[in-house]
Amino acid sequence: MTAAIEVRAVEKRFGNVGIIRDLNLSVAKGERHAIIGPNGAGKSTTFNLISGHIKPTSGEVKLNGDLISGLRPFEINRRGLSRSFQVTNVFARMTVWENVRCAVLWATGHRYAFWKNVDSLPEVRERTAQILDDIHLTHRRDVPAGLLTYAEQRELEIGITIASGATVVMLDEPTAGMSHAETDRAVSLIRRLTEEKTLVIVEHDMSVVFGLADRISVLVYGHIIASGTPEEIRRDPKVKEAYLGEEAH
Amino acid sequence: MTTVSTSTSKAAADQAGGSLRFYGVWLIGIAVLIVLPLVFSSGGSLTSFSLIGIAIVFALSYNILLGQTGLLSFGHAVHYGLGGFAACHMMNAVVSHGWPIPLPFIPLFGGLGGLVFAIIIGWVMTKRAGTVFAMISLGIGELVASSSLILRSVFGGEAGITTDRTALPKMLGWSFGPQLQVYYLIAFWLVLSAIAMYALTRTPLGRISNAVRDNPERVQFIGYDPHVVRYLAFCFAGFFAGVAGSLAAINFEIANSAYLGAIQSGLVLFATFIGGTAYFFGPILGAILVTYLQLGLTNVTSVWQLYFGIIFIGIVMFAPGGIAGLVMMHRPLVRAGTLWTVIPSYLVAIVPTVALACGVILTIEIIARYSGGDAINLFGIAFNPASRVTWIAAAVLLVGGFLVARLTWRRIADAWDRAATVARDRGYLA
Repeated sequence: MTAAIEVRAVEKRFGNVGIIRDLNLSVAKGERHAIIGPNGAGKSTTFNLISGHIKPTSGEVKLNGDLISGLRPFEINRRGLSRSFQVTNVFARMTVWENVRCAVLWATGHRYAFWKNVDSLPEVRERTAQILDDIHLTHRRDVPAGLLTYAEQRELEIGITIASGATVVMLDEPTAGMSHAETDRAVSLIRRLTEEKTLVIVEHDMSVVFGLADRISVLVYGHIIASGTPEEIRRDPKVKEAYLGEEAH
Repeated sequence: MTTVSTSTSKAAADQAGGSLRFYGVWLIGIAVLIVLPLVFSSGGSLTSFSLIGIAIVFALSYNILLGQTGLLSFGHAVHYGLGGFAACHMMNAVVSHGWPIPLPFIPLFGGLGGLVFAIIIGWVMTKRAGTVFAMISLGIGELVASSSLILRSVFGGEAGITTDRTALPKMLGWSFGPQLQVYYLIAFWLVLSAIAMYALTRTPLGRISNAVRDNPERVQFIGYDPHVVRYLAFCFAGFFAGVAGSLAAINFEIANSAYLGAIQSGLVLFATFIGGTAYFFGPILGAILVTYLQLGLTNVTSVWQLYFGIIFIGIVMFAPGGIAGLVMMHRPLVRAGTLWTVIPSYLVAIVPTVALACGVILTIEIIARYSGGDAINLFGIAFNPASRVTWIAAAVLLVGGFLVARLTWRRIADAWDRAATVARDRGYLA
């Protein structure tokens, strides 16, 4: 079976500084894969490389077996990969409803249409309503996204990311800055919304990581030092030394 | 379950009421356009209404860029002007070839003139938004404006291209000689363009344009190329600007280089921003106000641009949402029923604010007089700029007005906070 995401020998340099070096990562279809690592290890850069936000200096990225490195973000998105952002990245002046609806439009085939009334597209309306229901924001549908609370914006961020129905979903620190209760809520939301999808998640909260992930990759200084099940990662001496050791003292 | 069904039926009722109100507003607008020249039938008002109609189409087209897609253009008059020239050439061609195309169809060709140029130049221009787009639009604007004086065969040099709208085939017995008939032609295209541009805001492209305005980076991760979105919006804006330009060409029976220059580009930015870019009707208000000011102020004072500038700065600083923003700000208060708590403080503020405005006007006029302007004749009262009394009056109004007005403005702010808090508690304000 081809992997959902296959990263082969990817390197990214900014000038002379190598941020990512010889990055290899394989995420199987249907797997929940967490990427962990200390601050500045290049986790967000890895996300940006896979989603097309930045282009690798060398190496290749494949999505379901097709080469996607070098493609623009929207081309990658149209092939079924969707990502969220660590810093909330929504359409601030538009309502919650419109935020999600915009994310539904391409996938439902309406693209750049200027001859259709956006309010009278039944499948768009149903899907948008469904997603608002899923992320528990139906009661806030007419509120401009910029006026939501932080936790609500994070949920909207997830809603926009999954709205297109992408089969590969990448979430960049979805619970960052959330309280315990909010984190629990977000985790069960993520678990439910990514069923039968491939999930790649960057997360600092270890209880989230070990509770959610089928497999974990540990990124240190732009290089993956270990990849395996949560149990394997927990036992791996390299990981203990490089990363978990810090927290265990 | 019951609560769900009541809320959906309430939503349905809201929607029905909303659509009734929605069509009501449009029908009232159309009725006003029809009745207006019957009420104010003087030649002067007909000319004013015609110019306002043209300005509204132009400002609405500009707002496709500025308000809806977040593109600040300093050269939108290029499409307006090219639409005007296209219309003049088309009208002359219709006359000389004897084609059976009556005048009401001409704005379509003007629009195509604006559109074709947008199609050609737009892809490069819209590659980037923000400052890059603004600078390129300025450059293209100047380029085309200066070419218009060089390429005489197309643009007619200084004199421009003249035409005779009455020489075209008649339609329904209308020759379009009288200004009244031209007014109705403009009103017809105004309604058609406004409906089309409003409809555009409710299409998938229209909504994605808003998304590109808010966050072009994120749009790329929901499947859209912001460059394509900007390009399409630019083409639509170019088309409707061309329609507006051709209406001007029909109205004046001439197109010249002034149509596509920086002043015209500045005026449309001005009107759109003053009216307010966040609401569809904002540019309509702005176009009405600016055209009236332009027509009115030029007769009253030689330094009318100065007043334009002051109004513009005032809006940018104190009401960035424009007139429409100021109006719509009150909607949650109206719904929550707390508007009446604010109105007394408004009424109190009127007197010192008007005094301040008079002080500003008087000061400007005194300065203008000393720098070679005409004698002051404000509101029918003649002032002597050399007299000490005038100076003292100006100073008292300016300083006293400001000091008192500031207090009343604070009162407004306090009353507002209280009213908004109540509105928020009642759930009418997020």
